[in-house]
Amino acid sequence: MAKSQVSMTVNDKKVEGLVEPRMLLIHFLREQLHLTGPHIGCDTSHCGACTVDLDGKSVKSCTMFAVQVNGADIRTIEGMAAADGTLHALQEGFREMHGLQCGFCTPGMIVRAYRLLQENKDPTEDEIRFGISGNLCRCTGYQNIVKAIQYAAAKISGVPFQEAAE
Amino acid sequence: MNDMTPTSAERAEKLQGMGCKRKRVEDIRFVQGKGNYVDDIKLPGMLYGDFTRSPHAHARVKKIDTTKAAAVPGVVAVITAETLKTVNLAWMPTLAGDVQMVLADGKVLFQNQEVAFVIAEDRYTAADAAELVEVEYEGLPCNVDPLKAMSANAPVIREDIKDKKEGAHGPRKHPNHVFNWQAGDKAKADEAFAKADVTIKEMIVYPRVHPCPLETCQCVASFDKIKGELTLWGTFQAPHVIRTVGSLISKIPEHKIHVIAPDIGGGFGNKVGAYPGYICAIVASIVTGRPVKWVEDRIENLSTTAFARDFYMETEIAATKDGKVTGLRCYTVADHGAFDACANATKWPAGLFSIISGSYDFPAAHVSVDGVYTNKAPGGVAYRCSFRVTEAAYAIERAMDIMAQKLKMDPAEFRMKNLIRREQFPYTSAFGWVYDSGDYQTALNKAMETVGYKQLREEQKKCREAFKRGETRELMGIGLAFFTEIVGAGPSRNCDILGIAMFDSAEIRIHPTGTGICRLGTKSQGQGHETTYAQIIATELGLPADNIAVEEGNTDTAPYGLGTYGSRSTPVSGAATAMACRKIKAKAQMIAAYMLEVHDDDLEWDVDRFRVKGNPERFKTMTELAWAAYHEVPPGMEPGLEAINYYDPPNFTFPFGAYICVMDVDVDTGSSKVRRFYALDDCGTRINPMIIEGQIHGGLTEAFGIAMGQEIHYDEDGNVTTASLMDYFLPTAVETPKWETDWTTTPSPHHPIGAKGVGESPNVGGVPCFSNAVNDAFAFLGSTNIAMPHDNWRTWTAADKLGLHK
Repeated sequence: MAKSQVSMTVNDKKVEGLVEPRMLLIHFLREQLHLTGPHIGCDTSHCGACTVDLDGKSVKSCTMFAVQVNGADIRTIEGMAAADGTLHALQEGFREMHGLQCGFCTPGMIVRAYRLLQENKDPTEDEIRFGISGNLCRCTGYQNIVKAIQYAAAKISGVPFQEAAE
Repeated sequence: MNDMTPTSAERAEKLQGMGCKRKRVEDIRFVQGKGNYVDDIKLPGMLYGDFTRSPHAHARVKKIDTTKAAAVPGVVAVITAETLKTVNLAWMPTLAGDVQMVLADGKVLFQNQEVAFVIAEDRYTAADAAELVEVEYEGLPCNVDPLKAMSANAPVIREDIKDKKEGAHGPRKHPNHVFNWQAGDKAKADEAFAKADVTIKEMIVYPRVHPCPLETCQCVASFDKIKGELTLWGTFQAPHVIRTVGSLISKIPEHKIHVIAPDIGGGFGNKVGAYPGYICAIVASIVTGRPVKWVEDRIENLSTTAFARDFYMETEIAATKDGKVTGLRCYTVADHGAFDACANATKWPAGLFSIISGSYDFPAAHVSVDGVYTNKAPGGVAYRCSFRVTEAAYAIERAMDIMAQKLKMDPAEFRMKNLIRREQFPYTSAFGWVYDSGDYQTALNKAMETVGYKQLREEQKKCREAFKRGETRELMGIGLAFFTEIVGAGPSRNCDILGIAMFDSAEIRIHPTGTGICRLGTKSQGQGHETTYAQIIATELGLPADNIAVEEGNTDTAPYGLGTYGSRSTPVSGAATAMACRKIKAKAQMIAAYMLEVHDDDLEWDVDRFRVKGNPERFKTMTELAWAAYHEVPPGMEPGLEAINYYDPPNFTFPFGAYICVMDVDVDTGSSKVRRFYALDDCGTRINPMIIEGQIHGGLTEAFGIAMGQEIHYDEDGNVTTASLMDYFLPTAVETPKWETDWTTTPSPHHPIGAKGVGESPNVGGVPCFSNAVNDAFAFLGSTNIAMPHDNWRTWTAADKLGLHK
């Protein structure tokens, strides 16, 4: 199959690749760029484990072809921490609030939450739950993921985080 | 000592030992996308395998033509059963004593069964070529109904054993019969029923479901022809078992097989068994001389590897008219699919199903289980429960509600009257299990008080009256479940897998600087073992948890163990960890005595040090003793500070809990909303409350999925209709209720640290609790048992049958 040249920005770095037109973005990221954050959990765009941030939107990278994102600006979990290694508030929040167990959904979940907080700095619990409903988690039951996102929202806004009374 | 000296309590806190909400060690890599899961493994020259699968549920395979597939550029080989026969691997043994086709041999027995394995340079090419394998089928009548499997005209599923009168678990009475298994005293139970004032009998069905971890099953096999050695990375909950089984099947000597389970993206029972994909990847690597990766897709996962449940349980309770239970009987038909690949301890074809007497003092009980073959996928794993325990808990908790309804008693009052009393422990059940410890009444009382149970029943009464007056179309259901599990397999007298006793292990090495490593025979799939085992060591040895590395999954370095499932890690390897620590501590005490020039008995332990009794300023800390162990041991003593323990538990552990669910059901839409869910768990000693709470949240969410929507459904032609996340319900954050957790602590008397295991309790207790809530909503209308899953359609249909839409 004829291959196409693609170039894009991934986690602030320019990257290029030669891909079959049918190659999914998730495979390009994992197989050609050797990223290990975005995962594959289903074949039907339901689980969100492959979520990346693409030109300011949360996108399931199993549902786009690499050739479709030519020229795009992509951020994955690998591009969340600061250059000096300081974890992003969401990464910190997920650990502090026990928002992960097996860790398989976590990269997609955090990248999705990143965009959610860009769109809504102070989401309600219901808004968070709706906002992450495209991302499935089989381990945590979501309650601590919600807390993790609230923790990050508070930290980003510079206000002290207070856990809601149970 | 002076004022600056930290107190014992301060020193203990710094260790981050048991009881502390220690943040998880593993999170650092997971939140940065730096986990190492199987699909992250890439080896030079690695090939990819993919299956051609059967579209039919039951058909003869007349011909397989691989010519076109093999001709696709990039395809390296195509394997069929004929290829596998040359290495005697067309069939493989199952954990349950049956055999299973690796690739279709003459016949296919369920839809999506593996027929051919294509190996190619990349995964796209492998998938393309798998489509080009041409298979000529001749359709056969199929059966997917276990209740019809042993009828005279049922199609014979397993022609390979159709004349075999004796199976792995005794006599077979029909070509589609797998086994009959019984427990308890039939005559005594029958007598209780003959004399009973009141009896109930209900067919309680726990449908086929699937654990569906977010990461599917996968492996990378790499065979080194020069050394004759196989390295197998895979999603294995039980890596040592895979190594042993792999050696027995492949005839590669066990020491030349290196099984490695890296990070695992959830298991829930799905990753216990051995699947055709593993065998094919191994054979493919041997054939091609290159590493081969096999990664299941979601449809393959849901439709072929390891279903759970599929139990049809006709359950009966006998009681006196004032509500004391006198007898229990359950006749079950268990659908095992096309091969008996059930993941149970080998001698227990229906697992630990005889925990069905639950938390109640039944004087007489009997169960009988018939396993049958159907044209459905093989499996029968414990989806987040100990072997068949959730089926048992569902049957008894549903049946207790039905009996309460018949007696016109409140379900809580009826349970309270029949719970095993605190003074009866250790309690021997009618099935012979010795329950280690419990305080059931305290737990149920605490649960009822916390939720305001009496007020809820008052409110429900008003709601029902309003419903009858036509003022509301909503019904309120209050679900109750009081469950007892049997976990931590297990005593080797009870449990083995293919003859290997179900012990488990821990090996601890303390380094000269007072840090150390602990390796275990279990394998975390998200449970946080790297965090919690270190907490046990911190408390036992007085070394900071942060200074202990925990390693699992590499069969070359870890001591032999049976893996993680059935809530056995803490009860068995947790015990092994504590016992290994105590060996180390005993040696450290001798070193301390030598250094302090006192007798061993003159020393006492204080958090992180041995000190001289009556003279606390003379002490040696564990860190100092670690250093000493490598340079100034007493004369005649071996240097070093390490220990290994293989722990064969004296008994199972019996965690329990009281769960209450309040639900509002709309009879016109069939939709239901969980208003409140309260879970009280007693798992004995609590190692990390944060992780326990997380486990409860997750297990309840899985239980919610099972009770309210999950089913692996087959149509009558044997097509599996729920094999993707389009159709198989996984709750999102929107549907998932908010969870309230609580606890009591009744330590296990036989466990070194008193811990019982917790990960599976919420699944076991949660499913009947949700189901009882839905059923309770309709109970006042005379309905006894609405079957799971309680999705909107089924609930609406139940309401319709009760005439609520007229």
